[in-house]
Amino acid sequence: MTTDFKHLQAAHCENGVTVNLLKSIGVNKITEPLAFGIGSGLFYIYIPLLKINNGPAIAFRTQPGLIFKRTCKALGIPVVRKKFSSKPEAEKFLQSCLDAGQPVGCQVGVYYLSYFPKEYRFHFNAHNLIVYGNEGDNYLISDPVMENTTTLTRYELERVRFAKGALAPRGQIYFPTEQKIITDNVMRKAIKSGIKRNADDMLNIPMFFIGVKGIRYTAKKIKSWRDKLGPKDAGLYLAQLVRMQEEIGTGGGGFRYIYGAFLQEAYAYLPNDTLLESSKLITQAGDLWRSAAVQAAGIYKGRIGSQADFDVMGDYLLEIAEIEKKAFESLSKIKWQ
Amino acid sequence: MKKEDIPQDNSALNNFSKEVVYAVDKDGKYTTDLSTGWEVKTTALDVAWNDIEQRIATAKQKVLNKEASPLLFFMEYRLMDLAIVSAYSGFWKWTIKQHLKPAIFEKLSDKKITALRRNI
Repeated sequence: MTTDFKHLQAAHCENGVTVNLLKSIGVNKITEPLAFGIGSGLFYIYIPLLKINNGPAIAFRTQPGLIFKRTCKALGIPVVRKKFSSKPEAEKFLQSCLDAGQPVGCQVGVYYLSYFPKEYRFHFNAHNLIVYGNEGDNYLISDPVMENTTTLTRYELERVRFAKGALAPRGQIYFPTEQKIITDNVMRKAIKSGIKRNADDMLNIPMFFIGVKGIRYTAKKIKSWRDKLGPKDAGLYLAQLVRMQEEIGTGGGGFRYIYGAFLQEAYAYLPNDTLLESSKLITQAGDLWRSAAVQAAGIYKGRIGSQADFDVMGDYLLEIAEIEKKAFESLSKIKWQ
Repeated sequence: MKKEDIPQDNSALNNFSKEVVYAVDKDGKYTTDLSTGWEVKTTALDVAWNDIEQRIATAKQKVLNKEASPLLFFMEYRLMDLAIVSAYSGFWKWTIKQHLKPAIFEKLSDKKITALRRNI
């Protein structure tokens, strides 16, 4: 049993699942950057006091699940999303979808994901993939971050669908249900509201560790890490920051490049020069994030490590905060025609 | 980032998959390309794994010295913290803390040991 499905690789898993599931119901206008932008995917948060894998809890993107939800909502496409407490029920529902020819998105944990290289298998439960059929005892899997499709046995799929811990997927399954004709007008509206919400998220959430303020807060923290944590743990913290920022799924530069691409694609629908100028600023921010990563690498490799080196790293983030502030302020002030 | 600057370094992704990276072409227009990896993040991942290996080695020594129960070793080996062990095993975090003490661990019933073993 296999559904009519075409695998397309993406930088980020949830974007990729969104794009590919929409394509499976005949919605072809949504590219990865458009899904990311309409879903207001760009974000920054450094959660104080919380530790993940013995390091800082930092994210460069919005909460898992929101990109799919917001994109479908903005396009007026109804979705089904289900969680399960029973494993057999979860499997039965999955099978009934596949029997009906419906490929589905699944939230899974990475730790037991057998086809991932060992080095990437941490207890991270917000990965997304598509199940698009079965072949004997195996499920056919389209993991958007991979070049090719793969398979999982029933047991393997059940295990990752019911991974435990933070953000436990609880068998979560989701898919868009109804094909709608997406007019350019709908696209324009979706893009505008995606940008507005993203600007709000980066500028206006009144908490010191979120958005542009969060980047500044991190800058201050980094400058204190060397004294507070000692060189070894400070290096570990920086390495974790770099992984959250650059690892597979980000498209590079902490998702900033995908957002830059979104603003350019948005211009095709809404020719307003501010979009192109902001795209340039966001690209510049992405480049600076990468320069900061190079500086961090110098520290965790032990090549450099004085307080001045940590200060340079922190100053990169201060500069980034200013640039992202400027970009999102001009985006939020656009007077749409 | 410019397209020609997309790094093609060694990484744990070699022989597995390449990843999609976004960059601008010479006209400043966004495009994508595949990358084999970037040395900066490969090292970041190495740093994380070196730390894990150290934690496992420390846990092993503690178990051998009878300062901790074998549970600590398996916890570190499976990259788990108390919250994750608790989520998988169904035991309270407080209970797991007790199980980490050798004297208490030795007295655990077979049933509890099996529950821990199955889930860690």
